[in-house]
Amino acid sequence: MSTKKENALVRAQTIVGAAIIPVFVIGYWVVCSKKGILNTTILTSPEQLVARFLKMFSDGSLWKNIFSSTRRVLEGFTIGAFLGLVIGSLVGLFKPIRILLSAVISILRPIPPISMIPFFILWLGIGEESKLTIIAIGSFWSVLLNTIQGFQDTDPNLVEVADVFGKSKAVILFKIVLPSAIPSVFTGLRLGMSHAWTAVVTAEMIAASSGVGYMIQYARELSQPDLLLLGIVCIGIIGLIIDTVVMFIQKKVVYWRTIE
Amino acid sequence: MGLSVKNVKRVFSINQNDLEVLKDINLEIRDGEIISIVGGSGCGKSTLLKLIAGLDRPTGGEIRLDDKPIVKPDPQNIGMIFQEARLFPWSTVEKNIEFGMTDKLSKEEKAERVKEHIELVGLTGFEKALPAQLSGGMKQRVSIARGLINRPRLLLLDEPFGALDAFTKMNLQQEVLRIWEREHMTLILVTHDIDEAIYLGDRVVVMSPKPGVVKKIFSVELSRERDRTSADFAAYRRKVFDEFFERKEVDTDYSI
Repeated sequence: MSTKKENALVRAQTIVGAAIIPVFVIGYWVVCSKKGILNTTILTSPEQLVARFLKMFSDGSLWKNIFSSTRRVLEGFTIGAFLGLVIGSLVGLFKPIRILLSAVISILRPIPPISMIPFFILWLGIGEESKLTIIAIGSFWSVLLNTIQGFQDTDPNLVEVADVFGKSKAVILFKIVLPSAIPSVFTGLRLGMSHAWTAVVTAEMIAASSGVGYMIQYARELSQPDLLLLGIVCIGIIGLIIDTVVMFIQKKVVYWRTIE
Repeated sequence: MGLSVKNVKRVFSINQNDLEVLKDINLEIRDGEIISIVGGSGCGKSTLLKLIAGLDRPTGGEIRLDDKPIVKPDPQNIGMIFQEARLFPWSTVEKNIEFGMTDKLSKEEKAERVKEHIELVGLTGFEKALPAQLSGGMKQRVSIARGLINRPRLLLLDEPFGALDAFTKMNLQQEVLRIWEREHMTLILVTHDIDEAIYLGDRVVVMSPKPGVVKKIFSVELSRERDRTSADFAAYRRKVFDEFFERKEVDTDYSI
């Protein structure tokens, strides 16, 4: 058992260790820009980036883009995760459904959702529907596959315990099968969320009039490297925030396991 | 009364080949008796226990508890403890023990009975702990409490201490004896540990494999306060041992 003090020390070491490379890279970048080595038409200087950030922060345009991307992610993810959970549960629980869907799943799964963007634009138009569909598909697969996996994670030994105590199928389902599936389901949700975020940026870069992906595409067209970099940094930071939040929830829900 | 195993046979079909796992098993077990079943792996001892638990049906013959055939698990009368504690990792000690309860009781009565059994296995203070926070021995104590929660008349133990270290094992063997002295249920213990079989059993049933048959039954005529290091104990150990391994006699002519 480690004490609180030791834990704090370990945590501090981890934070410092993780910061070394980013600090070095940023420092190198600052130095290069100060010495004028940097070609600012390709890579913006730190000052320009910060200035752009402050400007967009105060006039609200940054928030507008982040907000529309986040809303799309949440909507698309909700649809994709819901379908993944429902279909995954059915496939995991009922063998006939598993047999029925196995070929379909194997054929569709390897198709990258991004490759379907043109198809959905043709089908659903350039509006929100095509983007939400792509995001939903992006999150759907990891939720589906991990949910199916989760239902296969039930320990037959625990089911035997329930049998010895003469428990019903319903008790086995709710007290053993479902809790056994939860850790894997959460892994699926976490992956699904990060895929949804990847999908939204891609979809927005192809067809949108708002969002972080649009922001990057717009910056490219007007060759504004500061805006371009700001968009990329935003994607990284938001992705990190989302993953941290989901991991926090996962730790609370799957309290009996440390994160795999 | 008691448990009667008559001409029990169990055949498994594996790749269209019939494998006779148990053949002509006959046992009469009195109420309150402790029976140890020893045998190497593949002798069908665990299969026999599963049949008694009602988890499996014999291919031939019959098992009766108080003259009623066992056809399915009977949690009111039969409890079972496995080699692994088999606890729900998401449930606290309390909840794990409560899971076994089949009686329709009020919330207070349930809580009272759980508390009683936590005390019985010496886990007071760990009611809210999760299995991951317990040692192997403590987990097995939880599993024992769960097996006893319905106050079964027959408790089946399937190599219950096999995964524990030697000291924890001896500790828990004593604990089981202490509980048995209080409750006087029938115990059937499957083990591959000859010492354990003799230490706990009123009778030791030796099984041999292919097909699984009862080779010999020893009555252990020792007082309940058994001393593992005594000469009498050693004599029994030797007798049971001889059923498994042929002894090499030392030729005295050549010794100095």
